Amino acid sequence: MLTRRLIPCLDVRDGRVVKGVRFRDHVVVGDIVDLALRYRDEGADELVFYDITASPQGRSVDRAWVERVARVIDIPFCVAGGIRDVDAARQVLHAGADKISVNSPALERPSLIDELAAAFGVQCVVVGIDSLREADGEWRVRQYTGDPERMQALARRTLDWVVEVQQRGAGEIVLNCMDADGVRGGYDIEQLAAVRSCCGVPLVASGGAGAPAHFLEVFAVADADAALAASVFHSGAIRIPDLKRFLADNQVEVRP
Amino acid sequence: MSAVELVLVDAGGTNIGSVRYALERLGVFAEVSDDAQRIARATHVILPGVGAAGPGMQRLREAGLIDVLRGLSQPVLGVCLGMQLLFEHSEEGDTTCLGVVPGQVRRIEGSARRRVPHMGWNRLDVLTDDPLLGGLGADAHAYFVHSYAVASAAHTLASTDYGSALAAIVRHRNFHGMQFHPERSAAVGARLLRNFLDS
Repeated sequence: MLTRRLIPCLDVRDGRVVKGVRFRDHVVVGDIVDLALRYRDEGADELVFYDITASPQGRSVDRAWVERVARVIDIPFCVAGGIRDVDAARQVLHAGADKISVNSPALERPSLIDELAAAFGVQCVVVGIDSLREADGEWRVRQYTGDPERMQALARRTLDWVVEVQQRGAGEIVLNCMDADGVRGGYDIEQLAAVRSCCGVPLVASGGAGAPAHFLEVFAVADADAALAASVFHSGAIRIPDLKRFLADNQVEVRP
Repeated sequence: MSAVELVLVDAGGTNIGSVRYALERLGVFAEVSDDAQRIARATHVILPGVGAAGPGMQRLREAGLIDVLRGLSQPVLGVCLGMQLLFEHSEEGDTTCLGVVPGQVRRIEGSARRRVPHMGWNRLDVLTDDPLLGGLGADAHAYFVHSYAVASAAHTLASTDYGSALAAIVRHRNFHGMQFHPERSAAVGARLLRNFLDS
């Protein structure tokens, strides 16, 4: 059977991997290729590189580091941030990325998803969604979350957007639950389960991983296909081989 | 391996770079070409592919490669969409394919438990002894990303279980196919590519 995936997320700023808490106060944690190789060796199933400055600054992803990663890495990887048209996506895919992920530009112009799916096939097109629960109890999407100065709250309900992006050609959805992000209190199981119920494409959970039990919960309860995490992997608090052993011992199928 | 003269057929797929890098990691430098004579002279031919069947076949037709590819007698490997194009027909865009391996490509039917695309690492279940599968362990996993598939059948060397048995590795005469991405399947993928180069 298809195994559940563990995906370290590497936030990239100016060609270096960085991490902040709740999308702020970023510190450098290492070189892209070094970290990519380390995670590959530890058994990561996939990698996501998120260029956190490209999107808010209206820049495109720097193709050079994508190519450097593609040369050495033999597991799939996805590039996110700053992809706002088919040409930019083609650059990144031709540089060797397996998938491209769009978030804010898809909110600006939803037909971008249709164009990407038509040009490259849905299997390349990942839609990232940053979502927050508001005072009225509804989950709504946020835009430009890479830049606290520009971050915007939108009227769009998260569940509506999940349905729409699939209709437009999303081949995978990454749901980043912002209430949980960076604070290691566990994935937002309630929100992920709600999204799962209207998501027929693979669903990647993001935001909140702090302990092995959180991963077990996101697979066994929220039924996510993959779990993305950053700080617990970067800090070494959780090692991927140990996590895979724990999941396998708890009847979650993982790649050995 | 100095005798290997490998050509990657440029069918417009976006994974050509990844496949080329994977071969470079094995010490083999592949030429990317859509030139019929160049392809015919190669010792090994790889048809990579990501995208849709219709545009993929259209591109091969425009490059004048349909008959060339059909007539090849050296080892040929189709990867992902490239494997699907080896079959007779694809439901995707109702496309007539190369027809060098018997079989039909159909859409994977989704359900609550069976998400489409089939995306991620799935186990390779070996069905037949074949040199292409040499060194493959009992618990070998490969990385799949596809919405269309061929049901496991006569020419299937290894299948994968996604609600039903799907063809993962196929071979008919000199035509080999891998539905997953060997270039992104870690040590398992590297071993399979090496086996193909040794064929």
